Amino acid sequence: MKGIPLAALLGLIITILFFLMAIFAPLIAPYGMSETVGDVWEPSSSQFWLGTDNIGRDLLTRMIYGGRTTIFVASLATILSFTLGAVLGFTAAVYGGLVDQVMSRTNDLVMSIPTLIFALVVLSVMPVTLPVLILVMGLLDSTRVFRLSRAVAVDINVMDFVEAARLRGEGQRWVIFREILPNALSPLVAELGLRFIFAILFISTLSFLGLGIQPPGADWGGIVKENREGIVYGISAALYPAVAIVTLAISVNLVADWALNRTTSLKGGRGG
Amino acid sequence: MAEALLEINNLRIEATVYAPGEKPRNAVIVDDVSLRLEPGKVMGLIGESGAGKSTIGLAALAYGRGGIRLSGGKIMLNGREIRRASSTELRGLRGREVTYVAQSAAAAFNPAKRLMEQVIEATLKHNLMPKTEAEARAVELFRTLSLPEPESFGQRYPHQVSGGQLQRAMTAMALCPKPDLVIFDEPTTALDVTTQIDVLAAIKTAIATSGVAALYITHDLAVVAQVSDEIMVLRGGQLVEHGTVQQIIEEPREDYTRALVSVHKIDHREKLPEGEPILRAEGITARYGAMNEDVLSDVSVDLYAGQTLALVGESGSGKSTMARVITGLLPPREGTLVFDGNPLPGALKDRSREELRQLQMIYQMADVAMNPRQTIATIIGRPLEFYFNMRGRERDARVQELLDAIELGEGYADRYPAELSGGQKQRVCIARALAAKPKLIICDEVTSALDPLVADGILKLLLNLQKREGVAYLFITHDIATVRAIADSIAVMYQGRVQRYGTKTEVLTPPFDDYTDLLLSSVPEMELGWLERVLEHRRMESAGN
Repeated sequence: MKGIPLAALLGLIITILFFLMAIFAPLIAPYGMSETVGDVWEPSSSQFWLGTDNIGRDLLTRMIYGGRTTIFVASLATILSFTLGAVLGFTAAVYGGLVDQVMSRTNDLVMSIPTLIFALVVLSVMPVTLPVLILVMGLLDSTRVFRLSRAVAVDINVMDFVEAARLRGEGQRWVIFREILPNALSPLVAELGLRFIFAILFISTLSFLGLGIQPPGADWGGIVKENREGIVYGISAALYPAVAIVTLAISVNLVADWALNRTTSLKGGRGG
Repeated sequence: MAEALLEINNLRIEATVYAPGEKPRNAVIVDDVSLRLEPGKVMGLIGESGAGKSTIGLAALAYGRGGIRLSGGKIMLNGREIRRASSTELRGLRGREVTYVAQSAAAAFNPAKRLMEQVIEATLKHNLMPKTEAEARAVELFRTLSLPEPESFGQRYPHQVSGGQLQRAMTAMALCPKPDLVIFDEPTTALDVTTQIDVLAAIKTAIATSGVAALYITHDLAVVAQVSDEIMVLRGGQLVEHGTVQQIIEEPREDYTRALVSVHKIDHREKLPEGEPILRAEGITARYGAMNEDVLSDVSVDLYAGQTLALVGESGSGKSTMARVITGLLPPREGTLVFDGNPLPGALKDRSREELRQLQMIYQMADVAMNPRQTIATIIGRPLEFYFNMRGRERDARVQELLDAIELGEGYADRYPAELSGGQKQRVCIARALAAKPKLIICDEVTSALDPLVADGILKLLLNLQKREGVAYLFITHDIATVRAIADSIAVMYQGRVQRYGTKTEVLTPPFDDYTDLLLSSVPEMELGWLERVLEHRRMESAGN
């Protein structure tokens, strides 16, 4: 881990803290998640560090539990969208012809419908549970990843070393996972950082609109929704989730940039 | 001694290198180089890639490409120091006193403007003469450079003329403002030999008639010998040797110059065809996708075990297409392939793994022929796993054996391609092909991206391996010198057909057909006055007809 730049180190530490907080939420949080412990919108005090929310629950506790849900859902949705999008995108590029046409046009079709509206329609007819949320977000996001990976893979697919592998008689699996994937990693890693943050914003938006995480469960979008009236009275409760999202977004992308730097090196990341 | 037009003293050029994943470091590109050029003289700068020859050429314009610093020494042009000149001063000098001819004219011209507009642009910008006069001068230059229909040539767009004509148009552009000095940066390197000779002759005539001085940059000593008065040999940013053309060619003082002069003098005795051919192509006709024209028509050649067949021709002659047909990437429309006595399926997917193993390929650009994310051990080891199911220690041992065979030795297995030089990369590609223990290797222009000395090493290695392993080569090239060095039999290709075919001696011995004669006589030879002799010979012939 030597030679890691300061910015990346800072990003890494903050990101790790966020994830630790998410994993160990029940141990860290001072109160129970939906426990009413004080008055409505109490200011911050030694008892309630961030104050209380619209029905008197401890806001710090809500933020910690909310972060847990938000990060969990966003991570799984991102993993899903990348696995699916990248594999399908590479496949389309490698097979080409009709396979590519069918896959790409279907993808265009899905992409032509605004993501949020699509998600709202689907979620209003499906039961809103965590697996359904993750599935919907992952599938919708995978269209973006598909486009990127296909474009990157089409370029790599015409390189002589891929042709050399074909002439050797290698199957499509080897071509996709051993020849193309390692060379497509850099743009994908850059996209990963961005997509993860978009996923967090997406789940927050859904919750704010009431179709995401259902009460009494906590998540960052939900906290904004519950406390939005407080803004009129100068209560900052609704702003904490925004601060949390910004901090996480910057940290994750600092790490992604550094990873990008390492994966771009053609000398196996040595000497850097 | 006449007054110097250009005088460079102790020039030092540096650049900051930003390798990905590494700390930026300082690199010296040109170190302590001095030169002196008198008006009307031509100086040849010669060296391998990385010798700093183009950088020195651009320094005569006080210009450095991205990130390059002209950090020390003096550049005197017409008695003025220009290394530290202001940008206003430099603007007044570039395109007026010094002009530049780039290697790739196709990339240097604006495709959306007519040639005339671009040829006279610099002249008008500097207010050197009125537009009508500039146009008249351009037409005059087109005529000197033997361009077709000089009166209307300027009305064409860049895509409407050939590569050789475009290169000459660029020379006209450089000469139009009546500069004192023209920098020619590899002006004929990207051209076919038969085109190169015309451009070379045109440039020489134009220099002689206009009395301009020139720096002529190239890696081909035989070319520079035809146009220069003096030659400077450079290596790694330093001067190796400086002398008149005659002295450099006939009595080189330094070992490095001697090596450059004697390049391609490999002695190879041709083997005569015997036994059954390993590969027999009969009546191959092929075209790409929806094209209406055949790229190959009725091509028949035989290649015998342990021998080398060279496919020779210019770009567009169909020689690389032939390689694609044989490898199965482009199934032929008509004709058959017979490999080792058995018919070979036309399409790659119909071939068995054993058939694929016996037929390997080496590419022109070793850089892109290897996966940059795999170590050398993986690149060479994969065919061993794939064809022979070798694993673990057995595989590693065989990889090392192959590395030894290509003269790389220990310590390379764990490296990545980016950590090797151009010649080493091509060696690894050879090892990858050898790993499959093939009977036939297709070599597609394997030496044309390499510097002459490195290319020589590769050719010698290929010949040694042929002797030891008995592998046959199908050698695709446009370089006659390479063919002379390694072929047993030759097929000269022209417009998709085999123009001339036979053993090396048969093909290279007169009487020639017209095309073969043109091709062979266009190859620059390393002697003084070669260009004039060939042109004179051609004039006599056409007069005789």
